[in-house]
Amino acid sequence: MARLARIELTADEIEHYTGHLGRVLEHARELDDLDLADVPPLAHPYPLRNVFRDDVAGSPVDRDEVLSQAPAASDGQFEVPPVLGDPS
Amino acid sequence: MKGASLIAHDVRTGARRATDVLQDFLSRVEAHDGDVHAFNTVTAEQARAAAAAIDAAVDEGRDPGLLAGVPVAFKDNLCTRGVATTCSSRMLEGWQPPYDATVVQAMTAAGAVMIGKTNLDEFAMGSSTEHSAFGPTRNPYDLTRVPGGSSGGSAAAVAAGFAPLALGSDTGGSIRQPASLCGIVGIKPTYGRVSRYGLVAFASSFDQIGPFATDVADAALALGVISGHDPADSTSIPAAVPDYTSALDRGVEGLRVGIVSELAVASAEGQAARARSGGCHPAAGTSWGDGGNTPSGYDISAEAAWLRDGFDPEVVERLYGAADALAAAGATVDHVSVPAVAYGLTAYYLIAPAEASSNLARYDGTRYGLRVEGADVTEMNRLTRRAGFGDEVKARIMLGTFALSAGYYDAYYGKAQRVRMLTRRDFDAAYADFDVLLSPTSPCVAFRFGERADPMTMYRCDTCTIPSNLSGDPAMSVPFGTGAEGLPVGVQVMAPALGEETMLTVAAALERAAPPLSKPLLAGVAGSTGAQT
Amino acid sequence: MAAGWETVVGLEVHVELATDTKLFSAAPSRFGDEPNTNVTPVCLGLPGSLPVLNRRAVELAMAVGLALNCDIRPSVFHRKNYFYPDMPKDYQVSQYDQPICSDGWLDVPGGSRIGIERAHLEEDAGKTTHLGGADGRIHGAVGALVDYNRAGTPLLEIVSRPDIDSAAEASAYVEELRAILLALGASDARLEEGSMRVDANISVRPAGSDELRTRCEVKNLNSLRSLRNAIDYEAQRHIELYAAGEAPVQETRHWSEDGRTHSLRSKEEADDYRYFPEPDLVPLVPDDEWIAQVRAAMPELPASQRARLHECGAGAEDAQVIVGRGLAPVVLGAVAAGADARRTVTHAVQNLALDGAELLDPDGLASLVHLETSGQLTATQAKTVLVEMCARAVAAVRAAPAEADGPSGSASAGARAFDPAAIAAELGFEAMADDELEALVDQAIADNPEAWAKFCAGEAKVAGVFVGAVMKATRGQADGQAVTQILVQRRNA
Repeated sequence: MARLARIELTADEIEHYTGHLGRVLEHARELDDLDLADVPPLAHPYPLRNVFRDDVAGSPVDRDEVLSQAPAASDGQFEVPPVLGDPS
Repeated sequence: MKGASLIAHDVRTGARRATDVLQDFLSRVEAHDGDVHAFNTVTAEQARAAAAAIDAAVDEGRDPGLLAGVPVAFKDNLCTRGVATTCSSRMLEGWQPPYDATVVQAMTAAGAVMIGKTNLDEFAMGSSTEHSAFGPTRNPYDLTRVPGGSSGGSAAAVAAGFAPLALGSDTGGSIRQPASLCGIVGIKPTYGRVSRYGLVAFASSFDQIGPFATDVADAALALGVISGHDPADSTSIPAAVPDYTSALDRGVEGLRVGIVSELAVASAEGQAARARSGGCHPAAGTSWGDGGNTPSGYDISAEAAWLRDGFDPEVVERLYGAADALAAAGATVDHVSVPAVAYGLTAYYLIAPAEASSNLARYDGTRYGLRVEGADVTEMNRLTRRAGFGDEVKARIMLGTFALSAGYYDAYYGKAQRVRMLTRRDFDAAYADFDVLLSPTSPCVAFRFGERADPMTMYRCDTCTIPSNLSGDPAMSVPFGTGAEGLPVGVQVMAPALGEETMLTVAAALERAAPPLSKPLLAGVAGSTGAQT
Repeated sequence: MAAGWETVVGLEVHVELATDTKLFSAAPSRFGDEPNTNVTPVCLGLPGSLPVLNRRAVELAMAVGLALNCDIRPSVFHRKNYFYPDMPKDYQVSQYDQPICSDGWLDVPGGSRIGIERAHLEEDAGKTTHLGGADGRIHGAVGALVDYNRAGTPLLEIVSRPDIDSAAEASAYVEELRAILLALGASDARLEEGSMRVDANISVRPAGSDELRTRCEVKNLNSLRSLRNAIDYEAQRHIELYAAGEAPVQETRHWSEDGRTHSLRSKEEADDYRYFPEPDLVPLVPDDEWIAQVRAAMPELPASQRARLHECGAGAEDAQVIVGRGLAPVVLGAVAAGADARRTVTHAVQNLALDGAELLDPDGLASLVHLETSGQLTATQAKTVLVEMCARAVAAVRAAPAEADGPSGSASAGARAFDPAAIAAELGFEAMADDELEALVDQAIADNPEAWAKFCAGEAKVAGVFVGAVMKATRGQADGQAVTQILVQRRNA
């Protein structure tokens, strides 16, 4: 989980979070008692659909303003350490 | 008229200068925020310029708006252009957004003056404001106690008289619970009623922005200003905004009020709710029936672990006191069962962390905020997120990552979404028979720092508030007397989607009938400003 | 293909949709600008920003789906969670298990019917430039720069079923798909420039069986030639593995120009994208009325264009060429306006492999063909005028870039209206008066008495002598057919 979430954790911390996880999942077991076969999932609390914008360009943000907030930038771009491997 | 309504009235009519109003509040912040720590940032200079512009508008005969000259505090997870927006996290310390949240624009356009950005539990994850990277906020009623959370800074700011209005965000009760613990009014509007554009996301399908105020009228006024359709938020509801202020005096005659049975259970020593209600309120001569309304057909006492421990007896007593008051004012009151609320907390603590784990992925050290250098991007991401996120945030990201992961999705996230539908259905069934529902806002009064260090105990604070986040329906907390140690108790009024008007009508009636609150410790200072008539 | 085996190919084609703005933000969807200038808070994944779906992107996706005979269905966007620097939110918004288009097919010209599993909308990522490594490669890089201009560009991913059985059929499928996309104006679909990207899922099986064996996904196919070569290479690799008693591993492979596929380094972290419904977007539910509107607005598709070109006398190959160049509307329009069909088709095939040809006004082309068939312009002159017409159409579009949004752009209508007769006049191609030409022919007869005698004796091929002489005298402007006609008249007189 820590790897998927991209958070460096020590062994102690992993144990700590695993314990937390375990206790929440313990509560989650009470959901097993419910008969949810005929209950569809609800993802959105308010039933909107088909919300669009027109294909009309607005003004972009100011690049200097945005890059001034970046940890590292050069040549008008965001700079990062070397990228190894593929997206994951 | 008092509070924000009075200030706006006076500033618009030229009776008071916005700059003077601001100075009163700034002085109070300067004198007392060292104790309270409601603010992460006080924007005094910017506020003075804004107040001067309001005064200039009045001088030129232009109307500066419904909230002319009213100082407002924004929770520090609302984007403010050029003003640090930190979410009380090391991750975003010093980050200056290049844009204003829609609600910030709306408040400013109505003449409100931003006085500062308020503290919160990091990324709004918490119920005490103890989980702020910049130190906790203290409850103005008792500085040894928490103000609630996650919008504890906004609630404390209003309770301490640092600002007559504040905005917060409510994902699982983060407006209502601190409002309850700080003795003020807090509203979570219908999901979609207020634009989320510019609110730093915690759990997108729950997050909703709402106001804090000292009374229902001010809260209604602010709600009207921030409500409305925003094309920048796909989940924004395209419905006209009613005049909420006009709902305040409608009276509750004929309204059907339901007490949510599952949320009216006192702790063991207080015994069962029915017994207590029958015994404690002879004045109203009422013995609430159980309504016979069990829409989902579940046994409400079924091992609903979150509810097993019950609530503070005083809190439940105040609830029934509120019900008595409404009955006395002409409403019909009965119990109603909303069985799925027993499972709300469990569903919420699977769905919200899941959404959060995705929403918070972007804090990777690349584009903004903190970076801890690493040999490659992956290491940089890991070290940045280790250093930037606090313990509670990490715990929830881990939980959410798990709930969505392959092989577990159906058992956890998927199942929780179905429970969410169940909650929706149970509320729909209840609203077929009732106009509003009542419950406590918080199971307890303000607790001491460190008292709920165990996360599970902390999560239980949200028992009464989470169901409305699951259903998306509006709900608000209105002060109704005091509980243990004279601390404020709030009653929660819930209404069906877009039922804010009826909710406000009932809240206003409760406010009129509420037993007096003891004044917050800082009230003496607050009273001297003329902000109250 | 080794005997006893057959190739099984399914293609995943990503195309950039030709919208003005991005899929979820109002940032311009445009390339070649300064880095990070076409971005909004949404494109950068700034905290608090929210997506709003571009209606045009949805309509283009629906049009492509309808052209591919798909069902248009309600759809829900999901988040696909993974970390990568050029993914601004560290998740990609994509239609996951409920794509907007599903279960269609594409008939490959002269080939078979290829099933379309789905076509779904998703957002593109930004662009990472690796610093310090040789040739901008990942290996040895000391850092990277990220430009989010491309982030959020609408992509339509079109996934075929594994119905393709050869490299040639794969290539024909992509060509036909591209022709459809161009006809719809849905994408400029350029493989070389990356606005169309093809990944091939390749496996083999014993001939005649219908099993599906382990497949490999091959990426980096930047041309139809790469696609064909990669399929042949990969199929052969599989066959050899099976022959050696081994089996291919399911993996992603990279086609490189050394003519081989290479296994990509295995990922450090296993894929677990943790898909879940994107809570910031609401369901997309196209109703019948909207679908009907999109269908009604669709232009004629290549298959129908080819059929009509065939009716005009174009052979299968010529029809394919014309449709492939996007010239079917011009050609069919000119014929409908009364132009000689055979001449029009011939011009389109022989003389219009030109930029801007698709911008020609069909009436203009019809006028030109008429000038030629009525003898007012020679074939050579007509070709020269055509070239000039195309050049002017392109120039006019460049001069009004805001309107340069394809063949239907309104400003280009004016650009096409250049009258071929006027252009001919400008170029000095005055139609030669009959008596003037006759005089030149008579002069040529007088100059070549021996040849004339042969011609009169029935040796038709010596006509070339006189035609050549007249051409020389007119610097190629004379109409050879007219010269021959006059020769015949003189002989018979």
